[in-house]
Amino acid sequence: MSDLTALTAVELQAALAAGETSSVEVTRAHLDRIAAEDGALGAFLHVTADAALARAAEVDASGTAGTGLAGIPVALKDVFVTEGVPTTSGSRILEGWRPPYSATVASRLADAGTVLLGKTNMDEFAMGSSTENSAYAVTRNPWDHDRIPGGSSGGSSAAVAGRLAPLALGTDTGGSIRQPAAVTGLVGHKPTYGSVSRYGLIAFSSSLDQAGPMARTVLDAALLHEAIGGHDPRDSTSIDAPVPTVVEAARRGAGGDLSGLRVGVVRELGGEGAREGYEQGVLDRFAEGVALLEAAGAQVREVSCPSFGLALPAYYLIAPSEASSNLARFEGMRFGIRVGDDGSHDVDEVMALTREQGFGPEVKRRIILGTYALSAGYYEAYYGQAQKVRTLISRDFSAAYDDVDVLVSPTSPTVAWPIGARVEDPLAMYAADLCTLPASLAGVPAISVPCGLSDGLPVGLQVMAPALADDRCYRVAAAVEAALGAPLTDRLLERAA
Amino acid sequence: MSEPLVEFDDVLTRYEPVIGLETHVELGTESKMFCGCTTAFGAEPNTQTCPVCLGLPGSLPVANAAAVESTIRIGLALGCRIASWSRFARKNYFYPDIPKGFQTSQYDEPLCTAGHLDVEVDGETYRVEIERVHLEEDTGKNLHVGGATGRIHGAEYSLVDFNRAGIPLVEIVTRPVAGAGAKAPEVARAYVTELREIIQTLGASDVRMEQGSLRCDVNTSLAPVGSLEWGTRTETKNVNSLRSVERAVRYEMRRQAAVLDAGGRIVQETRHFHEDTGSTSPGRSKEEATDYRYFPEPDLVPLAPDAEWVEKLAAGLPELPAARRARLREEWGLSATEMAWLVNAGALGVVEGTVAAGASPADARKWWLGELARRANDAGVELTALPVTPRQVAELSALVAEGTVNDQLARQALDGVLAGEGDPRAVVESRGLAVLGESDELVAAVDVAIAGAPDVVAKVQGGKVQALGALVGAVMKATRGKADAATVRRMLEERVLGS
Repeated sequence: MSDLTALTAVELQAALAAGETSSVEVTRAHLDRIAAEDGALGAFLHVTADAALARAAEVDASGTAGTGLAGIPVALKDVFVTEGVPTTSGSRILEGWRPPYSATVASRLADAGTVLLGKTNMDEFAMGSSTENSAYAVTRNPWDHDRIPGGSSGGSSAAVAGRLAPLALGTDTGGSIRQPAAVTGLVGHKPTYGSVSRYGLIAFSSSLDQAGPMARTVLDAALLHEAIGGHDPRDSTSIDAPVPTVVEAARRGAGGDLSGLRVGVVRELGGEGAREGYEQGVLDRFAEGVALLEAAGAQVREVSCPSFGLALPAYYLIAPSEASSNLARFEGMRFGIRVGDDGSHDVDEVMALTREQGFGPEVKRRIILGTYALSAGYYEAYYGQAQKVRTLISRDFSAAYDDVDVLVSPTSPTVAWPIGARVEDPLAMYAADLCTLPASLAGVPAISVPCGLSDGLPVGLQVMAPALADDRCYRVAAAVEAALGAPLTDRLLERAA
Repeated sequence: MSEPLVEFDDVLTRYEPVIGLETHVELGTESKMFCGCTTAFGAEPNTQTCPVCLGLPGSLPVANAAAVESTIRIGLALGCRIASWSRFARKNYFYPDIPKGFQTSQYDEPLCTAGHLDVEVDGETYRVEIERVHLEEDTGKNLHVGGATGRIHGAEYSLVDFNRAGIPLVEIVTRPVAGAGAKAPEVARAYVTELREIIQTLGASDVRMEQGSLRCDVNTSLAPVGSLEWGTRTETKNVNSLRSVERAVRYEMRRQAAVLDAGGRIVQETRHFHEDTGSTSPGRSKEEATDYRYFPEPDLVPLAPDAEWVEKLAAGLPELPAARRARLREEWGLSATEMAWLVNAGALGVVEGTVAAGASPADARKWWLGELARRANDAGVELTALPVTPRQVAELSALVAEGTVNDQLARQALDGVLAGEGDPRAVVESRGLAVLGESDELVAAVDVAIAGAPDVVAKVQGGKVQALGALVGAVMKATRGKADAATVRRMLEERVLGS
């Protein structure tokens, strides 16, 4: 075989099934590329090379390679707990922790025969849009090493776009799968809230967190989605419903026929009168993407969702509030680092010192924000009010879905920005999530699919669907992908050649 | 701790007490509240834990359906309204025994609200209103090593046992109880006693105060007699026996009265109860208490008990203690006072069992409140802890009734039963305790007694019939109590008086 790292998961599946290669060869090719490239890219926090090769050999020996995802390597965002494998959530406070158990999605991937390559970098506790908030490393965008790979799942986006892994899992709380996918030219899907287990996903904001696939093609993403989805009795918020048939939807969409499909373009997300902060190149590529949908037979109309403009402030009250509570368990008593336990500090001081030194500035900022928003006397004005906005946003979606089957918008208002450009300006950083937040707050599925380049950098188109209609996202995304001719990341290959 | 105290009776001349109780009950479910770990008591520290109850990153709770059911049954037994929609909430605070940095509890949407429990003290009924019954998880247990007190202050280091963390805990909160006056301490005790019995009857918990499966916080405040406003309350924790509940209220009333008399003001605070001295001492002050930042637990879906299911649970409740007492009182023809004795002695269950095994209610009561109560007292154990069953007591009673043994022999038979020699009938057999009939042995003993006391015989024959008692005693002694006294008297009368 030629370069195995250039193949999509679907192509690898075929090659494995045909016996043209082995899981060990595929795994080794990716490990070699990690060894060669990751020093510059910084996608991985931990590479499980030996375990990966051993696992690949096992899969080869079992004769299952090529069935489903068996034998295909994957990377996991370091937010997923993996038994015996260091798990940090990008935070110093968990340095050295080897969990005694595995996340449900990690177990499902293992059961499916995938080969874990390692754990990818991320913004600390998934708080950020550039992966610059990682306590450990700067991750670079494979399209331009001076730019951010998006975040918080930036290690996963860089790994897949940089061909260090064919597939990766990310998590999305306010856009952390879709935005990094958009700025690195990948497909990234945030499933319906509750349709993928959160058990073993280190919580940032419990009512928003969802795990989802990141891949170079829509079909690859769909394969990974089906492998991780479905009810989990360990997650009380998990929906007991069949996994949407997203693979079939992706294949169907690739046929390029969207006749009869009603598409709504959200005015409040980059439309007339709501273009502040949006780059012209992004708006142009998005408009072209919408034109492609129309050309494929979709009926396109503009739709207004007036409450979407309130998503950002609501999100930055709800997510930090839940985070302030979710992160309380990191106090140095049972796992991770412990600071000040030298006999001169009491237990309260040890907890405080551990948190002082273990958490980075963005995490502290959000803990303080959330603690304040939940305080007696402020709860109703902040957390309570934000929950009401959330209801309004859900109503906007419901009303819109009376008239259209899916909603579309740009995924991110801008392309990848230079590393360091927004570090001193949290509000500019938060604005990166403008388009992705409404679907997060409403719990509905949303996908980002590449729709071209602006100044040589990828632009993403977001497709949102009603809850549990994830298949629509895949169908529309596949149609866009088919209309563009080839995966956007192929341009990176051409550039390298 | 020598704080000034006012004499109890004196307190009531100037102040009116208001009490309130918060009771925590560990449910007897097989598994913990939010994970599958066992709840068994007494295992090696930290052997009954998992990622969920240790609060490991990424773990998630799933509510225990059996615990929800138990809570609703407790609510129903207390006449509560059962919410059709209820949520868990997070109570946020830092402490080493709280693995997640918050306790999963219920806040403004509890499972059960607005119930009541009537308790009786000295023939008078007091209604205790129940504000709420909610479900939460227990914390781990801190063990402070080094230092004299076993408390955190002065300890060299502390260890945490998470076996208890996550055990389902039901909290039952009363509304303030006013108007009990001098009876306030007894009302508090009677409430906890009755509550404990209800929960026991429901089979929801083993409610063992000494093991901490039932724990009480007692709120006490005083207001000047005639005042329309209530005073500032203190919350006494660590009250771990029924007797302590009463003592804690009594002590706080006396202490607070002294503070108020001296022109001081009561600080709203948590106080610790000391079992040895019966006194309380200040803990942390509520005025500097943490803001718990309650908010709905996003990791758990709301509880929505189906009305039909709740109705089914209500219909399936067992007979509750008050109804049972009323029924038995009626069946056994007891006065209220007699019933109260029985209940206070903790003998209701065993007496009922003894009656069920065939004894008359009067005999059953006589045995348990008499001989057996004495034995328990001598041995320093609870009545029900004696190694004798209601069925054995009924058998003993039957042996007396049928004349196989007399009372004295029956007590000897009981010795054998308590010593583990078997059932009463078997002990009578093996120890040879049966009453002697008009056997040769008895005839011989009567003859010996008559021959040995000619002066007594002369007195009897001379008309002093009551002197016959001395001869009866001699025969009984000779037969080591195995004879039936009435038979012996009849035989003696025949011989001496020829009648």
